[in-house]
Amino acid sequence: MTNPTDLTRLTAAKMADGLAAGEFNSEQLTQAHLDRIARLNPTLNAFLLVDAEGALATARDIDARRAAGEQLHRLAGVPVAVKDIACTEGLPTTAGSRTLQGWVPPYDATIVTRLREAGLPILGKTNMDEFAMGSSTEHSAYGPTRNPWDTDRIPGGSGGGSSAAVAAFLAPLAIGSDTGGSIRQPAAVTGTVGAKPTYGGVSRYGIIALASSLDQIGPCARTVEDAALLHEVIGGHDPMDSTSIEAPVPAVLEASATRDLAGTRVGIVTELTGEGYQAGVQARFDEAVELLRARGAEIVEVSCPHFRYAMAAYYLILPSEASSNLARYDAMRYGLRVGPDDVASPSAEQVMAASRDAGFGDEVKRRIILGTYALSSGYYDAYYGQAQKVRTLIARDFEAAFEQADVLISPTAPTTAFKIGDKTEDPMAMYLNDIATIPANLAGIPGLSLPSGVADEDGLPVGLQVLAPATQDQRMYAVGAALEAALVEQWGGPVLDRAPEVEATEVSA
Amino acid sequence: MSTQTAEAVVGYDEALTRYDPVLGLEVHVELNTATKMFCGCATGFGAEPNTQTCPVCLGLPGALPVVNATAVESAIRIGLALNCQIAEWCRFARKNYFYPDMPKNFQTSQYDEPIAFDGYLDVELSDGEVFRVEIERAHMEEDTGKSTHVGGATGRIHGAEYSLVDFNRAGIPLIEIVTKPITGAGERAPEVAKAYVGALRDLLKALAVSEVKMEQGNVRCDANVSLRSRAGDDPTSAEQAQVPLGTRTETKNVNSLRSVERAVRYEICRHAAVLDGGGSILQETRHWHEDTGVTTSGRPKSDADDYRYFPEPDLVPVAPTRERVEELRATLPEPPAERRRRLQADWGYSDLEMRDVLNAGAVEVIEETVAAGATPAAARKWWTGELARRANAEGAEVTELGVTPAHIAELDGLVRDGRLNDSMARQVLEGVLAGEGGPTEVADARGLELVQDDGALEVAVDKVIEANPDVVEKIRGGKVQAAGALIGQVMKEMRGQADAAKVRELILGRLT
Ligand SMILES: [Zn+2]
Repeated sequence: MTNPTDLTRLTAAKMADGLAAGEFNSEQLTQAHLDRIARLNPTLNAFLLVDAEGALATARDIDARRAAGEQLHRLAGVPVAVKDIACTEGLPTTAGSRTLQGWVPPYDATIVTRLREAGLPILGKTNMDEFAMGSSTEHSAYGPTRNPWDTDRIPGGSGGGSSAAVAAFLAPLAIGSDTGGSIRQPAAVTGTVGAKPTYGGVSRYGIIALASSLDQIGPCARTVEDAALLHEVIGGHDPMDSTSIEAPVPAVLEASATRDLAGTRVGIVTELTGEGYQAGVQARFDEAVELLRARGAEIVEVSCPHFRYAMAAYYLILPSEASSNLARYDAMRYGLRVGPDDVASPSAEQVMAASRDAGFGDEVKRRIILGTYALSSGYYDAYYGQAQKVRTLIARDFEAAFEQADVLISPTAPTTAFKIGDKTEDPMAMYLNDIATIPANLAGIPGLSLPSGVADEDGLPVGLQVLAPATQDQRMYAVGAALEAALVEQWGGPVLDRAPEVEATEVSA
Repeated sequence: MSTQTAEAVVGYDEALTRYDPVLGLEVHVELNTATKMFCGCATGFGAEPNTQTCPVCLGLPGALPVVNATAVESAIRIGLALNCQIAEWCRFARKNYFYPDMPKNFQTSQYDEPIAFDGYLDVELSDGEVFRVEIERAHMEEDTGKSTHVGGATGRIHGAEYSLVDFNRAGIPLIEIVTKPITGAGERAPEVAKAYVGALRDLLKALAVSEVKMEQGNVRCDANVSLRSRAGDDPTSAEQAQVPLGTRTETKNVNSLRSVERAVRYEICRHAAVLDGGGSILQETRHWHEDTGVTTSGRPKSDADDYRYFPEPDLVPVAPTRERVEELRATLPEPPAERRRRLQADWGYSDLEMRDVLNAGAVEVIEETVAAGATPAAARKWWTGELARRANAEGAEVTELGVTPAHIAELDGLVRDGRLNDSMARQVLEGVLAGEGGPTEVADARGLELVQDDGALEVAVDKVIEANPDVVEKIRGGKVQAAGALIGQVMKEMRGQADAAKVRELILGRLT
């Protein structure tokens, strides 16, 4: 039997195989992760809440059912971490905000229901930028998450907790949400894999909304195959989400098993390379392109001229929808409630104002104000209306590009992980981190980030993004898996093997 | 404690000599779907507070709406019945504003893309004139919760110690039907308003899409009123149409037909007083007070009320196929005007009788009464006679008196079976109105029954004949009409509980 301390280094697929073969059981596997979380989470702050009891109960249940010969889901017994943006019945859910501190949802998000039904022990809830607003997980009300590669650095955002947990072997799989790149950009800067399915491919029911027309739930993992495995668990039509696609989940696992790139047309988006990209990021990207070419892919250059307006459109649509989605946090029915300091018998409005002031962080307030302004009657046409037109143009750019190429590729993020605190005073610099990921959200198409090595200048991981047309998620898994195989062969092992072991900090009682 | 004092008003007839009223009516209709607009919660009336709720209608974080397909079909049927165009593709929008009993702090509604638009409803007035009210739009939205303010003297939020919110109503499907400006009604504007809401209510009832109980808030009317100066005697003249509209006020949530008429009339008189005094009308919402018959100022309202509308991103567009729309059109009931003509023929009423029935708002109730077994003549007699008088005196609708069509059919049956005569039937109805029970029950309790025993009747007849030899002489001499005096005496002997026709028959049988 494998030494339980090594279990956490396995891929989810290998864990599933080991469970099926009886090499270890889910309780051992889950406990190994819980032990590692107990040791390293004080340093990383990847988890906001650890549900050891619940996870172990699920693990024991799965072990018993397996022992009884029951036919189980392939991932049954493989633990998973869930971004704190998904509602979990009976488990506090905060979306990284003080506003929801201590709130316990009375219901499960659809994806959580699906994880439970498939028998994945839920280790806990992962840290995130407040209401998913940010690219560094520094905007969490519960402190920043640290990048396992260098604990002085950010793990990306808003899903930094999920990606850091996967990168540091605290969880083999995690759930993320991607509104403008919050699965893919953290994956890139932590050396992991993250996929944003086609909009509507995974239910949003029970996911605390940031911007409804952009939000997408997806898998965080260490390999493309693992991401596909998790994607198939959570994907598929949900009658509770009217925007969810009424079609079976695309066969992404099957797609991730293909290694053949011959004849695949891979488009390089000229607007998403070159200027503004860190030298080491660009170098790894260029090498990957050569590798794809060497494996038989046809490389074409495509231009998406309207991408230059994507950032502006995104930062009008997102705050507009967010300002409306967040209006419900009024301190009246749930969540944080505080009274104003200087008023003896405050009105409902005064309590609401004081609670919102105390409950929301600066970035959230900034975006609510921006969105409220952009939707105002005199400005709607100039801002929100224009942004929606840009969105249409970006979707058309993609349509034209996909006539020339089966998939599109670019670096996932323009730089490697920056130091914590470096960009908190400069929102615009922070926003630029999502420049390559945002167009996919505006167009609703799927995107995947996989590691493409480490940058020479800082030794930090770099991500490569694969984009496919809407509902053609298999294509990006197929190309991603083929490229991953080629890269791992070239490197002689996964990129995460090059990450330094995280040192546990002593926690005083 | 706030009091609702009347502001200065001008007499109605006088106001109309100088001003031409223009109306705009917005009617909210609660649909009778089994589940709410965007979730599967039940919609039953009168349930324990907050027992018909779920994460969706409570607006909990993460919850998402899904459109109730039945509500959409009801909306389309209403649109078709109002002669509207049905949108081939439309969306919901978010109307963002803060309201204590609105869980998401935005209302999911329709803004610039209503499901139905550009229609009309022909409304018959009390003298038979038909007035066409043009419909701007009918759109779908969700209702809010319901607040109860506890501890204050007025039941309003100001002065209350605390407020309770019931979210059972939150998310119930509503259709809002908005008219285009109603011009050309002149002095009949209040009557048109009442008749329009009444006709709409009848239509909705015929469509079976709503319970249409105004007293339960199933149908609520917001009445917009504005005045403009008169250009001549004819309110429908082209010249009058050129005069710009005045500033309007919106009287919210008027919930009976009679109140619609009174509130419109009051606002016309109040506007006239303000304008006569050289003042200008403040654009605002007003509250109607049933007890005092006045409106009071609500909140100021401007055209720039900023609801920050934008298309609801959580819902896919509604795109009914033309085939489905035609299928739904085929389910429409007979148009009310045609139906009225058919019923008049079925019932054999004269034009005048039918108009009385319409003015009493009694078509439906007569139909139900006839269906329950009464003769059309008897049904009309009761509903437009005794009951209409009573309703008028109480300021209520005939259907609100507590007497049902089944009661009237039962009463008519008792008369036709010869158990009651007309005056006894009236006494029985009194008892029913007083809540003493159904007609048979009341007749039994009050001991009202025509004497069927011929023996007792014959004794009484013989006694009266013997006591009135002079009258007997006249009758025998051929003056048959003199029998009336004897009949009256026999009825008195029988304490009213005899069939007058039978008494007459007996008397004449004895004497001729
Ligand atoms: Zn509900």
